[in-house]
Amino acid sequence: MVEALTIVLAVGVTRNWRTAITGTLTAFVALAAIVAVFGPALRYIPIDTLRLIVGALLLVFGLQWLRKAILRASGFKAKHDEDAIFKEEVAEIQANATDWYGFVLSFKGVFLEGMEVVFIVITFGGTERGHYLYSVTGAAIAFVVVALIGAVVHRPLSRVPENTMKFAVGCMLTTFGIFWGSEGAGISWPGGDVALLAVLGFVLVMSWALVAVLRQRHAKLTVAT
Amino acid sequence: MKYIIGFGRFWYDFIVGDDWRIAVLVLVGLGVVYELAHHGMQHAWWVLPVVVAGALTISLLRETRKR
Repeated sequence: MVEALTIVLAVGVTRNWRTAITGTLTAFVALAAIVAVFGPALRYIPIDTLRLIVGALLLVFGLQWLRKAILRASGFKAKHDEDAIFKEEVAEIQANATDWYGFVLSFKGVFLEGMEVVFIVITFGGTERGHYLYSVTGAAIAFVVVALIGAVVHRPLSRVPENTMKFAVGCMLTTFGIFWGSEGAGISWPGGDVALLAVLGFVLVMSWALVAVLRQRHAKLTVAT
Repeated sequence: MKYIIGFGRFWYDFIVGDDWRIAVLVLVGLGVVYELAHHGMQHAWWVLPVVVAGALTISLLRETRKR
């Protein structure tokens, strides 16, 4: 969402706000349609099959996030610089100064970033039958908070600890992926749902240990070069 | 055809991302867990966490060794 806000701000500041807001709202309508179509359809899949599929998707998707966050935290990958991204976007919009270009850029930024949110809303809402409202509400609150901050500060959110947030989201997705994937495959967790906390603890310890090992490796490489 | 390839590439990048090995190991791990659970070992809860830890460690060590 932070990255989407950076793109929308770049379009709004450089081109005009009407184009930026129209692109954003169109992307929201498209994202809402995806949730409305795919969300209810998942009710027809047996819960264990759904948990197995969702568990596998969350694991693959979550591990991808976690992998990137660990590489950033250990110094092997550059952290997101929203100020630099903002400058790049502004230069690109100035070189292609049409309203249509601004619209497409806002739409694409919000739609692609929003797909990650839609993915989480559909998978979490689908596996916990009838709890779509919680998933959608959570996503809506996050959107309102980011939009309000964007409206107040009117500049990219370069001071938001984005990697820490992505690290936390990666850990959560991996945790739910392990839990639901195993459950969907037929495993019974000791302690039932309470085991989620133990799985989360395991994922956090594993991730911190990997960050520590890779930081050492990065320091050695830096000294050697 | 170009659009179909583009569509497929988008979903591949979106779900699988930078290292396909993680996706393969996770799917193999889930397959093993499924087989174990359906052969009387419903308490083999530790298998998937071990597979996940192994997959992530291998992927990260490979990635950082390249540099």
